[in-house]
Amino acid sequence: MPTSPRPEWTAVRAQFPAMTQDVSGHPLVYLDSAATSQKPRVVLDALAKYYERDNANVHRGIHELSRRATIAYEEARAKLASFIGAADPSELVWTRGTTEAINLVASSWGLDTLKEGDEVLLSSMEHHSNIVPWQLVAHRTGARLRYIEMDDQGRLVLDDLSELLTERTRLVAVTHISNALGTVNPVREITEHAKKVGALVLVDGAQAVPHRRVDVQELGCDFYAFSGHKMCGPTGSGALWARRELLESMPPYHGGGEMIRIVGRDSSTWAEIPHKFEAGTPNIAGAITLGVAADFLDEVGFDAIAEHEREVLAYALQRLDDLGGVTVYGPTDLDERSGVISFTMGDAHPHDISTILDSRGVAIRAGHHCAQLVMKHFGISATARASFYLYNSTDDVDRLVEGLASVQEIFGPG
Amino acid sequence: MEASLTSLYQELILEHYRNPRNKGEVTDHTAEAHVSNPVCGDEITVQLRLDGNQIVEIAFDGQGCSISQASMSMMTVMVKSRERDEAINLADLFTDMMQGVEGASVDESLGDLRALQGVSKFPVRIRCALLAFDALREALGAKRGAGLKADPEADASGGAAHDDASQGETTH
Repeated sequence: MPTSPRPEWTAVRAQFPAMTQDVSGHPLVYLDSAATSQKPRVVLDALAKYYERDNANVHRGIHELSRRATIAYEEARAKLASFIGAADPSELVWTRGTTEAINLVASSWGLDTLKEGDEVLLSSMEHHSNIVPWQLVAHRTGARLRYIEMDDQGRLVLDDLSELLTERTRLVAVTHISNALGTVNPVREITEHAKKVGALVLVDGAQAVPHRRVDVQELGCDFYAFSGHKMCGPTGSGALWARRELLESMPPYHGGGEMIRIVGRDSSTWAEIPHKFEAGTPNIAGAITLGVAADFLDEVGFDAIAEHEREVLAYALQRLDDLGGVTVYGPTDLDERSGVISFTMGDAHPHDISTILDSRGVAIRAGHHCAQLVMKHFGISATARASFYLYNSTDDVDRLVEGLASVQEIFGPG
Repeated sequence: MEASLTSLYQELILEHYRNPRNKGEVTDHTAEAHVSNPVCGDEITVQLRLDGNQIVEIAFDGQGCSISQASMSMMTVMVKSRERDEAINLADLFTDMMQGVEGASVDESLGDLRALQGVSKFPVRIRCALLAFDALREALGAKRGAGLKADPEADASGGAAHDDASQGETTH
């Protein structure tokens, strides 16, 4: 068990300016990266540099600044496409994040394709952003939503997948890693089953891309959605990856400039993918700096990140177990979980836990984590959630546990 | 422990949290409100029975944090057997205290509710403390006092006293 952080990780942490501040009179311990990550200096500098030197609209100006902005914007696309194993940059559509990426698929592919009686298979582990868009589409098309259930460790029960997947199943939409529990889902296994009935597979990768090497080809999925702000990039950035033939067959999502070829009075023709799905001035600075964030993560290396996070996670689970009175949700096998610990403590409500920790400079999340079906599954209304990233250390875990001891002083040992 | 935390988690608050008064249902209730804290998903139902203008019975049910549960418990104690208008005045007084209006916090008519004064130093928790009186107002068909920021959720419910449970559905 490590007791002090390794120097190389202290150096990584030092690159995140927000991590060096005091909160409530204590050095900040930021354990809310599943909500959003902090940003390294290189990303912040790139953001300033873009606005100071290259700021211009893309794909339309004939001038030098527009040329620079367009090149950087498209280079970032190519970088993120290869980052997730896409065959071609044109398969990567910039979005505001995972939520918009899923809404894009639901509105475009879903409304165009789904018919009454068709089925969309979700899981009860999903974030609301992978449930509500499908409810909206289901209400309009008459499609039916079905759910893969969880077991008592918050793992998907795949035993009855062959019954849930029928010839009526058009899409399976599942999360790669649960934001509420940290469960890592066997996406490859799910896609293999889905292919047998001809269903497409959409994967919510918001919690996966920041933490591990994702390869969409290897996963065998058809759509993959992720956010930039959880992977050291800026808010409002993110992407949808989809197979070329799907994007080409899907109708536009938003109408406006940039996404057209020729506009007539009554109808128009569309630009090539991915531009067909990028109406209006996009988040140029967001896309470019997300590319810088991807480079940063590559430089640290996903093998190293995964190993470090696992070390911190294992240490945290051990310390919580030693403390006692803490109920941890999610898989017990470290191979099946990511650096997210969702927990409750006896009578102490997660909001109270969070307030007490906040007064000691420890930032966690409390609530339902936009996963009310998960809370319902465990018969609770909320959990406290500590989530780790590459800049966290075992020292942070010690501070968390000290804070939880203080919770037990106030509320009793649970 | 930090001084502000001590003021937040006073013994009286924790005592109401552990042993909530008037928790459960009111048989033959004449009004009901269902409120939620959208941040954490806590959902609480308040039921009451009016005899004329008097609140003869009141109870709350549902889960929540120590602040919301304690304020629910204290609120029900304070308004039970009060006239409707008195209860609404108390709600306004309590809201003033939470929003830091000068003088409101020392008003003795708030009784045990004064223990919740410390919550006003924790902006993200004020909503937890106000939930009880939002529910009371909704059940009584009243809005927040003049000059205070209206709560769109409470307004949207349009809650008024009623004699069936169906209205509660609209606020779910």
